Amino acid sequence: MKRNFKITSMVMAAAMALTCLAGCGTSNQGSTGSTSEGTSAPIKIGGIGPITGGAAIYGQAVKNAAEMAVEEINAKGGLQFELKFEDDENDAEKSVNAYNNLKDWGMQISLGTVTTQPCIAVSTEINADRIFALTPSASSTDVIGGQPDKNGNVTIQRKDNMFQMCFTDPNQGVASAQYIKTQNLGTKIAVIYNNSDAYSTGIYQKFQTKADELGLNVVCVKTFTDDSANDFTAQLNEIKAAGADLVFLPIYYTPASLILSQANKMQYAPKFFGVDGMDGILTLDNFDTALAEGVMLLTPFTADAEDELTKNFVAKYKEKYNETPNQFAADAYDCVYVIYNACLKEGIDASMSASDICEKLIAAFTADDFTFDGLTGTGMKWSESGEVSKEPKGMVIKDGVYVGM
Amino acid sequence: MTFISNLINGISLGSVYAIIALGYTMVYGIAKMLNFAHGDVIMVGAYISFCATTYLNLPPVVSVLLAMAVCTVLGVVIEGLAYKPLRKASSLAVLITAIGVSYFLQNVALLIWGSAPKTFSSIVPLDSIALFGGKLIITVESIVTVVACILIMILLTLFTKKTRMGKGMRAVSEDKDAAELMGINVNVSISVTFAIGSALAAIAGVLLCSAYPVLVPTTGSMPGIKAFTAAVFGGIGSIPGAMVGGILLGIIEIFSKSYISTALSDAIVFAVLIVVLLVKPTGILGKKIMEKV
Repeated sequence: MKRNFKITSMVMAAAMALTCLAGCGTSNQGSTGSTSEGTSAPIKIGGIGPITGGAAIYGQAVKNAAEMAVEEINAKGGLQFELKFEDDENDAEKSVNAYNNLKDWGMQISLGTVTTQPCIAVSTEINADRIFALTPSASSTDVIGGQPDKNGNVTIQRKDNMFQMCFTDPNQGVASAQYIKTQNLGTKIAVIYNNSDAYSTGIYQKFQTKADELGLNVVCVKTFTDDSANDFTAQLNEIKAAGADLVFLPIYYTPASLILSQANKMQYAPKFFGVDGMDGILTLDNFDTALAEGVMLLTPFTADAEDELTKNFVAKYKEKYNETPNQFAADAYDCVYVIYNACLKEGIDASMSASDICEKLIAAFTADDFTFDGLTGTGMKWSESGEVSKEPKGMVIKDGVYVGM
Repeated sequence: MTFISNLINGISLGSVYAIIALGYTMVYGIAKMLNFAHGDVIMVGAYISFCATTYLNLPPVVSVLLAMAVCTVLGVVIEGLAYKPLRKASSLAVLITAIGVSYFLQNVALLIWGSAPKTFSSIVPLDSIALFGGKLIITVESIVTVVACILIMILLTLFTKKTRMGKGMRAVSEDKDAAELMGINVNVSISVTFAIGSALAAIAGVLLCSAYPVLVPTTGSMPGIKAFTAAVFGGIGSIPGAMVGGILLGIIEIFSKSYISTALSDAIVFAVLIVVLLVKPTGILGKKIMEKV
């Protein structure tokens, strides 16, 4: 009998070890091949993002849209791409591992990583390895480097081969403050941000600076951390007591959904204003979209836009993946296409080394005559800083969908 | 009014901690081990209830009962497979096994339910109660949580004081060998303790997710650690201690968030624990145990 127990416990231990491995392993290695005959070898593009974990919606969207763009481009014939996407669960360490896997695979161009924190880690490697990277959505200035902090010191040097498709965090903070001011959305403003997260803190700081400049009345600022992202009643009580009529939430949608639900239970109904991290709240499993009614956010993309490009993209994405694409999907789709345009312009092909491609693409992106019209804006341009210039649009959630303001 | 509102939120959060802490404290009292997998049993309970209401369209009460049943079985199975074979082993080996079980449960949940967060529908989908012309809002969840906590505490006290099985459990916690000589089945007592602790974990999971409706495979870990703290705070091994510790911890957490700093709230909670343990090493209601020489 005793022996039996030993065996069972050993089996249990083995099973535990196995599941741990299963959990840690890279569970998603989607690879969109391109084997159309008569065309040259494909250029290898690597993407990294959270396919599982709390930020999975972003990684999924980027992966889906990038795959879709690659398939379209490959169907045209001529220049061919091959995409491989690795999961990082929004974890910096796993992201670097994923990056190393992609490098072993022979990645020639990188889509950076989807989320900010991992991208800061990976971008250092990318810079050292001389692989060109255009991230769809990692928005911190630490990703591209070279930006002065509030004391005017540049602590992270410019990583000259890192470019962004999305707005930078400061831009989001500044644009949000300006939007709230010009549209006169609130007289007493409160903020709840995650001070254990670079993305959230980055946006908040610029928002606060700009708000002071514009004379916005910020009455209450509250924080939380990843470990205390459960109970927001204390923060909401304070904000309610301060009489705020607009709450700015520069955070991801998971804690945002908790804030909306707890505010609703407290019968506190201010206006809520989010940034691109709020995107995804409507697709949260089992989420009551009525709670998000009237929530505003700044985003460069809206799925209900009437232009031909957006309509085609949304229809195709819906058909393929059975959901409405969010802003991250649009950013990723634009990323693949702008890389395609730049490759055509510079005559890049798969036989070139990653570092040669890198130098050519840097030259292409920073050239004065290089502009791009995509889903997330027209006439997009990149400067040597790696930032993109495009216009944000204000969105509001009405009856469970985004509508332009 | 904000003060009262914070107090109510603190008591409500603390009640959840208290129910979870009961599981830690009972198991520790009887089996003298720290069951670190307890927090993950909470998560399993919440997922079972979520699936029952969302996918099977069962009424909330049935879903809670189902979650309790599943967790009870789970608790007894974990005890039988992972802890029982190690009963004579060093306490460190048992502790490591418990951490292993905790990771095992989290990863199994990850494989079954995926890691995308699920929004938990409250089991009491009623509007909050507004008092003093809307100045004070009390959520139905907080009332249910507090009432459930008090009920559980009364029932558990009656169970350990009045029933034969409960008396047996107390005897085992006092002296395992002597209890065995008196004809008490120690193994059954320990299994029953795990069963009760896990059933309570299921209730705690449902109440926790009703108040804070985001469900991920790691939902149970932080509340589990806080509840463990609460159990130590109140005096580990003591049932009323778990209740006092849990509620105090909840109140301290919410008050430090409101009046001191949201960023430092967790640090303050644990600082209070350290101070209490320095002044009273056995916790607030803990009994001083004389080491037998």
